[in-house]
Amino acid sequence: MPIHMITMPKWGLSMEQGQVNGWLKSPGDKVTKGDELLDVESDKIASGVECAFEGVLRRQVAKEGDTLPVGALLGVVADAEAADADIDAAVAEFQRDFVPAQAGDADAGPQPEKTQIGGRTTRYLKQGEGEGVPVVLIHGFGGDLNNWLFNHTDLAAERTVWALDLPGHGESGKALESGSLDELAQSVIAFLDAQKIDRAHLVGHSLGGAVAMAVAESAPQRVASLALISSAGLGSEIDGAYIEGFVAAANRNALKPHVTKLFADPALVTRQLVEDLVKYKRLEGVQAALGKIAGQAFAGGAQRRVFRERLASLAPRTLVIWGEADQIIPARHAQGLSSQVRVEVIAGKGHMVQMEAAQEVNRLLKAFLDEGA
Amino acid sequence: MARKITYSQAINEALAQEMGRDESVIVMGEDNAGGAGAPGEQDAWGGVLGVTKGLYGKFPGRVLDTPLSEGGFIGTAVGAAACGMRPVAELMFIDFMGVCFDQIFNQAAKFRYMFGGKAVTPVVIRTMYGAGLRAAAQHSQMLTSLFTHIPGLKVVCPATPYDAKGLMIEAIRDDDPVIFCEHKLLYTMEGDVPEESYSIPFGEANIVRDGDDITIVTYGRMVHYALDAAQKLAKDGIEADVIDLRTTSPLDEETILESARRTGRVVVVDEANPRCSIATDIAALVGQKAFKALKAPVGMVTAPHTPVPFAASLEDLYIPSAEKIAEAARAARS
Repeated sequence: MPIHMITMPKWGLSMEQGQVNGWLKSPGDKVTKGDELLDVESDKIASGVECAFEGVLRRQVAKEGDTLPVGALLGVVADAEAADADIDAAVAEFQRDFVPAQAGDADAGPQPEKTQIGGRTTRYLKQGEGEGVPVVLIHGFGGDLNNWLFNHTDLAAERTVWALDLPGHGESGKALESGSLDELAQSVIAFLDAQKIDRAHLVGHSLGGAVAMAVAESAPQRVASLALISSAGLGSEIDGAYIEGFVAAANRNALKPHVTKLFADPALVTRQLVEDLVKYKRLEGVQAALGKIAGQAFAGGAQRRVFRERLASLAPRTLVIWGEADQIIPARHAQGLSSQVRVEVIAGKGHMVQMEAAQEVNRLLKAFLDEGA
Repeated sequence: MARKITYSQAINEALAQEMGRDESVIVMGEDNAGGAGAPGEQDAWGGVLGVTKGLYGKFPGRVLDTPLSEGGFIGTAVGAAACGMRPVAELMFIDFMGVCFDQIFNQAAKFRYMFGGKAVTPVVIRTMYGAGLRAAAQHSQMLTSLFTHIPGLKVVCPATPYDAKGLMIEAIRDDDPVIFCEHKLLYTMEGDVPEESYSIPFGEANIVRDGDDITIVTYGRMVHYALDAAQKLAKDGIEADVIDLRTTSPLDEETILESARRTGRVVVVDEANPRCSIATDIAALVGQKAFKALKAPVGMVTAPHTPVPFAASLEDLYIPSAEKIAEAARAARS
């Protein structure tokens, strides 16, 4: 009769503690895998903590408003039959043995690295190990490798997973020639070359999905599969006002309404998330880079490159995932695709579905990757 | 982004990146290149607290030692700026500004206007301000408001390493004279600073904490005291908006007024003496433009109207504290 400890998650490399914003389940509630138990906010982002177990929520150890270190006990899920005394003993034992990680511990985990590829700085983060074909995560327009905060470590449990910052993004070099999809795709191929990755599963979000398809088009032998999340390149519609507003916004107040559109739940847009984006947008060269990319990919408020008809022929296997409530690129782009393409639409989630429904997206991706192994 | 450096290193990095980008950027000041008490030794000090250390070797000929004559070298910097250079002059302590007011107030600040917009004066004067270092009345003042008073000058007062770098880059690129005020007790403060170059626009206040119950407006080192006070207030269920002005000229009136209208209660915190200060200026602004929204008189937490005392216990009393700020906020709530 297992007693499961629900602990403070670690979202991203820099997270040391989180604040409990409130419980979504009450003691005695039946819970199942994927249920959100409580809301937690780190200094970067707010999100629900999902349950990985079946059972009953037996204890709420953390109280609303508590700020607790990563790994600290939040609550207990166990069978309805588990004895209260056993649960109390397990809690007491956990609390007695729990030692929060110290800032600057040697075991800080993998850190992003930078390398020069073709005269441009490229930042990337490698996690996990494995003999199989590695995975490469490609973020979307205005994003960076932190967009995979909730996915990267989980996906890397049994395989090598790389995430990179596209040119003009994150901490990669900001200079671009034309900013075309092909230029971005060539930068990904150059990254594969530099890291001696012969073949990879490409996972792309939004613009990163279109980049992944452009890679598959130009170097099909390098692509083992495509997983496209809320992807560009599968239809012509896109929220042009979002792209324009995101490029133009220079401060927090101007940026926030646009960023809010990325999520179905606007509460997930924390001040730190917006602040980090403002800081990114202030970096020299970013404004020009975003302008170029948007001008190439989304000129006139419509997507210029659509791979829809050729999608099934681009890679041996293809998975498409969408948040049904996507306000940036409509989820109907996931409909009517070739029957060889697997399609998963997640209800009630927005454009950043890999963050908003991380556990479900991770499950879908892992199942897809396992089948291809 | 994850890299942490100090406020002092952030300023140094901004100077180095701008010197690398633009040949017309030069650095000058007392002991900026060599150093007193270090005969023949180059880059011995890097300014009195070492902010420019290391630049001398990277940019030979562009880091200049000046004599102990503020009137002379500030005039030189202003003239060089008028002739096409972008000098960053270090005027060790803001307290010494008195000997070069004509160069700053009558010359640098006026050229653009008196020559019909045909002249620019892109000079940055870096200077240390603030009490708390036991440096007595002539080395501890907070004179930001004197410069804010003069049209034609821009006045910058960064509170964090991130802001220090971005505002310094903006200051160097700005075509107007900029008084760049650095608190001597912030130099060792660490914070996340991107390695890449970036600039923060002037006249854009930073809301460093969100709250709907009261607005605390401040700048410079007092931002950290205001945040401490906000934490104390939060324990009593009072959520404070904390606004860091970043630049006192230009002033981001819109952010102050938006917050004041939302909370209806305002406390201004200023390390300077109270008469004709940023505190009184903001209080007047809120009184004039957000009067109908106010539910209480505007509170002010400032130094008293007295020189900075040398006695440590008195100096500690002189500087506004988190306790005094929280107290003023509670008073504005009752």
